[in-house]
Amino acid sequence: MSSTATPVAQSAPEPASAGIESAPDTAPAGTAGPAGPAVDGGTAGAETASAETAGSAGRKAATDYEDYRLVPARHPWRWVGTAVVALGVAGIAWSLATNPRWEWGVVAQWFTAQSIVNGLLETLKLTAISGALGFILGFILALMRLSASPLLVSVSWTFSWIFRSTPLLVQMLLWYNLGYLYEKISLGLPFTDVRFFEAQTTTLISQFAAAVLGLTLNQAAYSAEIIRGGILSVDQGQLEAATALGIPAWRRSTRIVLPQAMRAILPTAFNEVIGLVKGTSIVYVLAYSELFYTVQVIYNRTQQVLPLLLVATLWYVVITSVLSVFQYYIERHYSKGAVRTLPLTPLQKARKFLSTHAPATGKTTQERGTR
Amino acid sequence: MSTVASSTPTAPAARDAETTRGLVEITKVRKSFGVTEVLKGITLTVEPGGVAVIVGPSGSGKSTLLRTINHLEKVDAGFIAIDGTLVGYEVRGRRLHELPEKEILKQRTEIGMVFQNFNLFPHLTALENVTEAPVVAPRAGKPRSSRAEARARGLELLDRVGLKDRAGAYPRQLSGGQQQRVAIARALALDPKILLFDEPTSALDPELVNEVLDVIRGLAKSGTTLIIVTHEMGFARDVADTVVFMDQGQIVEQGTPQEIFTNPREERTRSFFSKVIEPAFNI
Ligand SMILES: Nc1ncnc2c1ncn2[C@@H]1O[C@H](COP(=O)(O)OP(=O)(O)O)[C@@H](O)[C@H]1O
Ligand SMILES: [Mg+2]
Repeated sequence: MSSTATPVAQSAPEPASAGIESAPDTAPAGTAGPAGPAVDGGTAGAETASAETAGSAGRKAATDYEDYRLVPARHPWRWVGTAVVALGVAGIAWSLATNPRWEWGVVAQWFTAQSIVNGLLETLKLTAISGALGFILGFILALMRLSASPLLVSVSWTFSWIFRSTPLLVQMLLWYNLGYLYEKISLGLPFTDVRFFEAQTTTLISQFAAAVLGLTLNQAAYSAEIIRGGILSVDQGQLEAATALGIPAWRRSTRIVLPQAMRAILPTAFNEVIGLVKGTSIVYVLAYSELFYTVQVIYNRTQQVLPLLLVATLWYVVITSVLSVFQYYIERHYSKGAVRTLPLTPLQKARKFLSTHAPATGKTTQERGTR
Repeated sequence: MSTVASSTPTAPAARDAETTRGLVEITKVRKSFGVTEVLKGITLTVEPGGVAVIVGPSGSGKSTLLRTINHLEKVDAGFIAIDGTLVGYEVRGRRLHELPEKEILKQRTEIGMVFQNFNLFPHLTALENVTEAPVVAPRAGKPRSSRAEARARGLELLDRVGLKDRAGAYPRQLSGGQQQRVAIARALALDPKILLFDEPTSALDPELVNEVLDVIRGLAKSGTTLIIVTHEMGFARDVADTVVFMDQGQIVEQGTPQEIFTNPREERTRSFFSKVIEPAFNI
């Protein structure tokens, strides 16, 4: 359109807008936008093709629609889809509830049994400890990998390479059987005589220690890559600006880079933690009595295999659900500044839904404009 | 106000600190990236409180030169001194020892830098952007500010750039011009002797350019030494004591705005301006 065209866009249809469903004679379509008044369904084109300015008052076209009732667009297919899915869900729920072989009574009986709860606590303990240690070690490995020292880079790379390329099961068994390979072990700096302590391997590597060691080291190898990816995603200019301001190196990492990296790190990190919750079940090979092993012991005795697996599964679902809620709020916290307005929390969304989907009586176009 | 001596190869002598707040002496600086030499022996002096505007075609090494001044980029040869003190090195006997990171950070706090794309910290509010460095950066001869001091000073600076009421806004909630003004306040928070501007308005929509240039004009009168890379020739003419024309890693010529814009001696300068200035007048 050339810049000298008159502001009256004759009968050019505006892009479809909200009111399109209403009966054609009321024709509120054109008035929704701020440039509306000039376009007036059938009449305006016939009456005045001349260059009347849009703002000229008194024309019949400019009637305000304030008293008109607003009819929201309907989405019939959305309802059909919802109904189909709802039917499916209902069917599954029905079969779960009515098929006696699920033995829900047994599930309920064991769900909060003392031994199960103890196992659950062990699972949580393993997850928390090896998750925390794994991510701390992973952070250090990531910094090593990004450092200027070729030695640190290759050590970090080799660590990830080894622990990512061997099965966790093998790692676990290796750690547990370390006493067979080395009778004594000592904690110290590699390749030096510096020793912090020394002890008999078998006393040191309990089932718990082997489990934590295996899970931690494995987790660290994966976390290192996740954290490194997050750090790399931060714009180089950020570091440069911080350096130019004389901000010390450690503060640059923790205050400037890491909080921005968190946005990229968190979704994958939570994936890892959730994976770890269930991953802890692998320590059953060490006969360590976490949730999964406990369940196995019980069903070997009672032969109620499926209901007891269901007990474990339900607990894993509970943990994962709780973690997902944490994830949502933590991600929201770190999106501060990355988005113009923070996304609404589910609670706020629910409130908004209720307030905007309240019965539409008396709602006018004016209210709609201010929404 | 200031003069430019383009040929001072001698080591800068220590001067009286009173009269020399913000003297920049760049001597025979060379810098290569791989095989390409980006700075081919740059010598330039900017007097305390002076305003030097560097112009030149893209890729001529202007940004690199600015970055060597606060040691974001190490020079391969030559040296840079602020008020007679070498940047990044320490003279011990007949040797130059590279300074440890902490000392370099101190030197950097005396040199503020404003970037083309602002580089504000997006997860911090405007005020937090301004107060971060004074609280944590090691300062030369000054203690770090307390949070309260930094905050008071930060609000004062935001007020100075006309953004006091946006102190709590995050950078993404600000327009480009506002972001750049916050970046200027951030650079001022350390009370630097020297301010470096690398194309501060190049990323801005045309109608936002002036609000930033006005802030810089105000600074030009404040006695802080300014070194500004820009393509805004009208602004350069207004504000500069010295205009420096760079091309292919060298200073082709320098002088007062009058000399450089109206009467360039070198053909290269003339042809550059004919490309840059005339189209602007033709609109
Ligand atoms: N870190 C770097 N590595 C390699 N080449 C670079 C680097 N920084 C700048 N250069 C090159 O140096 C030359 C000068 O760049 P620059 O100083 O940014 O020029 P200007 O700011 O004048 O446009 C360009 O050719 C650019 O590609
Ligand atoms: Mg540049």
